Amino acid sequence: MKFGIVTFPGSNCDYDAYQAVVEQLGETATYLWHKDHDLQGSDVIVLPGGFSYGDYLRAGAIARFSPIMADVVAHARRGGPVLGICNGFQIACEAGLLPGALLRNASLKYIAEFVRLRVENADTMFTNRYEKGEQLLIPIAHGDGRYTADEETLARLEGEGRVVFRYIGGPRDADEFWSPNGAMHAIAGIVNEAGNVLGMMPHPERAMDSLLGSADGVRVFESMLSRAGV
Amino acid sequence: MNRYRIAVHITPRRGILDPQGRTVADALHTLGFTDVRDVHVGRHIVVELDAKDESTARDATRAMCEKLLANPVTEDYEIASVEGDG
Repeated sequence: MKFGIVTFPGSNCDYDAYQAVVEQLGETATYLWHKDHDLQGSDVIVLPGGFSYGDYLRAGAIARFSPIMADVVAHARRGGPVLGICNGFQIACEAGLLPGALLRNASLKYIAEFVRLRVENADTMFTNRYEKGEQLLIPIAHGDGRYTADEETLARLEGEGRVVFRYIGGPRDADEFWSPNGAMHAIAGIVNEAGNVLGMMPHPERAMDSLLGSADGVRVFESMLSRAGV
Repeated sequence: MNRYRIAVHITPRRGILDPQGRTVADALHTLGFTDVRDVHVGRHIVVELDAKDESTARDATRAMCEKLLANPVTEDYEIASVEGDG
């Protein structure tokens, strides 16, 4: 299975995603330059984390107009898998692939730490190797991660099981929902209506090896393989 | 064609948590401005463009706001001022 990882000016997790796919999964990956109009036959598109275009105007607002995004959107409309991580989630929202927006953290602080997540839907092409209700340890690193949408959108996301990951924990380390960034409904990750686009603020590609703190992110990538029958 | 200078105000939509605005309001209260009820922190963007008349320039600016300058999900925009030689 071939993963195409888009490099925007300011992307900084493209290499992490490449490592995750090639070293940990043993699959093939290629970098896709944002100025190109060529997905190079990639099966999965990864919109990686970082600070595309310096987060000017709004995080992801300029990157969504990069030439390659027209091809990424067409790939998504055809049902092709798209994994947007952190800045990639912000870009996917700006591009209209996912509803809502990611706003400045409620604390106004940049947060870089391991957080606990709960798998809310294990029946997606990105989460079928997890159990529903399973708890994961995956790091976040962002300043603009407060998921925000209107009530109607939130009701639809909830009703259709499209909230895939939620933050839990908090200062008391309890198993209750808690937003480190003020995200509505403690939302950490959602899928689109067709289920082929996942946006998540936490970084599964940085949780690929227990030696580095956690291997809980591996199955996001493995799930895509098993769905494809690889 | 005439040259126009159009200022746009972009503010967080009412009802959406605005932590920057709240923090600034708290600071103003601390400074003794106790009558402050609320503060909203947004962006002020000035666009200079050529257009045949003011109404065309305004329409173009609104289109820019819809497409890029403001996020329709979370922000409101208004044209704050138009200066031009037209």
